Amino acid sequence: MRLSVGPLLYLWDRPGVFAFYRQLAQLPVDIVYLGEVVCSKRRVLRRADWIAIGRDLSAAGKEVVVSTLALMEAESELSSLAHTVAMADLIEANDMAAVQLLRDRPFVAGPHLNVYNTATLSLLSSLGMRRWVAPVELDTATLAALLGERPPGLEAEVFAYGRMPLAFSARCFSARVRRRHKDDCGFVCAEDVDGLTVHTREGEPLLALNGIQTQSAQVRNLIGRVDVLARAGVDVLRLSPHSSAAVRFEEVAGAFRSALDSHARSAPCPPTALPGGYCEEYVHTATVSGAGPAR
Amino acid sequence: MSEPNEQKRPQIELVCPAGSLPALRAAVDNGADAVYIGFRDGLNARNFPGLNFSAEDARLGIEYAHRRGTRVFVALNVYPRPQLWEGATRAVDEAARLEADAVILADVGLLQYADEYHPRLNRHLSVQASATNWRALEFYERQFGVRRAVLPRVLSLAQVRKVIEHTHLEIEVFGFGSLCIMVEGRCALSSHVTGESPNTHGVCSPAHAVRWEETGAGRRVRLNGVLIDEFTPGEAAGYPTLCKGRFEALGNVMHALEEPTSLNVLDILPQLVAAGVRAIKVEGRQRSPAYVAQVTRTLRAELDACLRDPERYRPQAAASAALQRLAEGRTHTLGAYSRPWQ
Repeated sequence: MRLSVGPLLYLWDRPGVFAFYRQLAQLPVDIVYLGEVVCSKRRVLRRADWIAIGRDLSAAGKEVVVSTLALMEAESELSSLAHTVAMADLIEANDMAAVQLLRDRPFVAGPHLNVYNTATLSLLSSLGMRRWVAPVELDTATLAALLGERPPGLEAEVFAYGRMPLAFSARCFSARVRRRHKDDCGFVCAEDVDGLTVHTREGEPLLALNGIQTQSAQVRNLIGRVDVLARAGVDVLRLSPHSSAAVRFEEVAGAFRSALDSHARSAPCPPTALPGGYCEEYVHTATVSGAGPAR
Repeated sequence: MSEPNEQKRPQIELVCPAGSLPALRAAVDNGADAVYIGFRDGLNARNFPGLNFSAEDARLGIEYAHRRGTRVFVALNVYPRPQLWEGATRAVDEAARLEADAVILADVGLLQYADEYHPRLNRHLSVQASATNWRALEFYERQFGVRRAVLPRVLSLAQVRKVIEHTHLEIEVFGFGSLCIMVEGRCALSSHVTGESPNTHGVCSPAHAVRWEETGAGRRVRLNGVLIDEFTPGEAAGYPTLCKGRFEALGNVMHALEEPTSLNVLDILPQLVAAGVRAIKVEGRQRSPAYVAQVTRTLRAELDACLRDPERYRPQAAASAALQRLAEGRTHTLGAYSRPWQ
């Protein structure tokens, strides 16, 4: 199995972004996804900056993929997409608009395309899909069943580390909770370098707000399931970037690398400082006493 | 490309929900141009206990509607996983056999199946397909010959206009009912907490995961154990979807994502007409026949008034008041169309 680093989902400052990717060039990962997936208003990095980062990562031997926006509404977003598609070698499509523009070119189907069955996999393969990043809500048994009859040449990738992207909206929640309007957001999402944790009224960490995206508060960590995923036929594990306030990302990458290489038992992974901690299961389990399941 | 929309008629269809045969009759009798239904098979986005149509009810409903000139669309808008695939294709076959006027699909695999095996069955793109721009619509049009698309409830009026300018497809938009604040088809909040989502199971916040608790200080509602909201005595308590719960963020307890409120487009009906929208959709297959009757009757009268004289049209105060009484949370908004929160 290979290791990838997914697109940076948060708004970090310029020096922080450059430092992160400089460090990645030295880490034992194989594939790096670049570009903005969440909010088109975020322009801390220009296209030229991403191209420069991509060039350095390629020179360091990484496969570079450019990820596209998940929610595209504005004409400006469509023109920007056309530009990206024209310039990048390999694209992760996160909206059917990208698939339409990529027709008959190799592409990666991102986790935000809804792919849940063999017929969909076959059709997208016939249009050029070479790798498929499974939706986070897809269970391992279904994944294994789909990969058992996958189209020839198709690779599968799974979101294996990070706060899970769960939803997109036209509304900016980072602005809303600070009582700001989206048009005058002041880029307040930059204050939440790993998303803003939302707790239930019983103090249980439940969700994380990241601009127009809602994530899980818990950090998915599948390092203990590497063997299961390998048996299911998964080819690539994705690590989603987190800041040094949450975890030492280089140690996460190192732990996953050793888990992939040794196969026998999982290597130690550093703890996360984020309030939700780690989870393996996709479905959140209530942790507050007295709050048993409803069934 | 030639003028994409030159052939679009100014006519606008009123598309109403029916979760049962009585609701279908209520919609037809009160002036719906089209009714949309789902089969009782867990394959549509209102997979609720006791709701939806058996094959026989669907046959009776379609017959009833067709005799009165009303069209019937069948929603099959989940994303079938392998274990549901065979049932989903059978449901498409059934919709074709019953001579439904269209199937409403979201899944690429199912669209392909319908195109291949039932080319004469109209294919509408469900809101669950998350197609929020004309380029995405172009994909579904070219690939599967889709005729109409329902737009997610996240676009502004200006963006709806732009989409219509650039597409050949008929555009259907939501006009009244509960409001999803997330992009439809791109929301897994429900499955993260309950294991079931609109994409996988056709349901958001399934009833079996909901638990109400009476406490000394009022009522609490949990979803699979997770506290979604707490209401003081007398406070209106809505259905516990995650996006409309009250949580703590930055030290404040608040509706962190969305207030419980409904969508109502009466105030911008003339603009939607002018934009070239071809159909106005009412949400609510889970609602009662009485609700469907009242909403259909009210919107029928308003839409007719607007089409007669779009420039002078103003919503009747009584109509707005009637809709407001029916609205979730007893308040309504224009949602993303006006983007009051931007």
